[in-house]
Amino acid sequence: MKYMLLIYSEETEPTGTEAEQAAEMQKWFAYSEALVDAGVMVSGEPLQGTETATTVRVRNDERLTIDGPFAETKEVLGGYYLIDVPHLDDALKWAAQCPGAAYGSIEVRPLMEIPGM
Amino acid sequence: MTEPRGATARASADALARVFSDERALVLAALVRSLRDLDLAEDSFADACAEATEQWPVRGVPDNPAAWLMTVAKRRAIDRMRREQTFARKARLLVVPDVAIDGNPDELDLDRPVSAVPDDRLRLVFTCCHPALSMQAQVALTLRIVLGLSTAEIARAFLVPESTMAQRITRAKRKIHDAGIPYRVPLDHELPDRLTPALAAVYLVFNEGYSGSAGASLVRRGLAAEAIRLGRLLVDLLPDEGEVIGLLALMLLQASRLPSRTTPDGGLVTLPDQDRTRWDRPMIDEALVLVERALRRAPHGVHPLQAAIAALHAQAQDHETTDWQQMVLLYDELARVAPSPVVGLNRAVAVAMAGRVDTALVEVEALVDAGALTGYHLLHATHGELLLRAGRADDAADAFTRAAALTDNAAERHHLEGRRITATHPRPS
Repeated sequence: MKYMLLIYSEETEPTGTEAEQAAEMQKWFAYSEALVDAGVMVSGEPLQGTETATTVRVRNDERLTIDGPFAETKEVLGGYYLIDVPHLDDALKWAAQCPGAAYGSIEVRPLMEIPGM
Repeated sequence: MTEPRGATARASADALARVFSDERALVLAALVRSLRDLDLAEDSFADACAEATEQWPVRGVPDNPAAWLMTVAKRRAIDRMRREQTFARKARLLVVPDVAIDGNPDELDLDRPVSAVPDDRLRLVFTCCHPALSMQAQVALTLRIVLGLSTAEIARAFLVPESTMAQRITRAKRKIHDAGIPYRVPLDHELPDRLTPALAAVYLVFNEGYSGSAGASLVRRGLAAEAIRLGRLLVDLLPDEGEVIGLLALMLLQASRLPSRTTPDGGLVTLPDQDRTRWDRPMIDEALVLVERALRRAPHGVHPLQAAIAALHAQAQDHETTDWQQMVLLYDELARVAPSPVVGLNRAVAVAMAGRVDTALVEVEALVDAGALTGYHLLHATHGELLLRAGRADDAADAFTRAAALTDNAAERHHLEGRRITATHPRPS
């Protein structure tokens, strides 16, 4: 079953020394590698900050383009992973190991399976 | 062939119902594993019970009822699948093969005894008590699927409309399917994490039965009995888990007091005033053995400690001669491993009973000031009792008023009103 891991956290300026920041990045590299080694990684990307976001809505044939994310929230979407695992317990296990889980929230949601696709 | 008549028919119907109830978890769990479908398993189990209801009174109850029910249920399941013209039904479950049997021998958990085949009932319980489901859903699902209570019975117990409860159960089953909650027993290293919510669900059911959150009657013993039944099942399945044994001991000790907990007209009798001769002694004896076992396996476990505290009450002749010093020590340990304002409150009560009323009052007033328990009627009730003993009758009356306003339970409210009146109308000395 394919699951999306949606990584939410507060947007703050990176803190700590260069060495500490590098160590944090290394955690993410190691995590991605672990997913690949386990054969469960489908894809995964970090997103740029919400200051780079633009939101589009079409209502009554009118296109509205708004600066910023879809809603102002404390925790924002920072990135995602798409994994393929046998069941939810495995997906939850991987979510718990994600570096973002330590300071943010990882939403685990299964992909909709459309028959024939 | 003569049909059983009247009382005989009723008696055999009751006896049959008990057999179905006893065998339910075992047969259902195995069916779920074979059929990989919760709804199909339940439906075909119901079919098998219907067939047994017709045949057993005539032919006699088979020596192995579970095997009989299993065989017939499987046959009925195939019939159902054929009728629906599909072998792939909507609600397929992800059944995870057990590593010890099907898996790589290199991955064998060497601590698991080779002969131990995880009971299918464990799979059923842990699937129903999965943390991905809300606590409400876990409780409803466990009562419905593992214990076989009807949706109507569960709805009545939790004071919600039947349609609400039916929806809750349907949604939970759908989430199990849609989110891919697997039908498996948690691995040994996962057990502690998974056990905690499962035990919380069981204790929630017990508490609903033991004290009931709302409504006029204080006791709904049926639900408490079901929780104990579930507790016994868990101890059967996990005989080495201290927390599981501790929870059963705790529930038995609390349940042992039920006969003395209400007056004939449904009023509440608090622990100090209960007639201890009416406590269920065999239940207490059973529980005391379990407490020892639980503490040996989990000396710092929350449930073993709570059970040990309840055991002190059970072993005391009366409220005053309870071993309060030991009680304070147990509460000290409980406060260390599972600190909470409620534990602090209960500890203060023990401290007061151990003779240090002034200390206890200071601790309770600190809790009142801290504000975490503001809506908790027992905080104010305890505050009232301690104020009364300290000779501050007016403050005590205020506290009892606060307490009475905070409880939904009519029997408790009546009791607190009585205490308030005692505070405002002290008997002449």
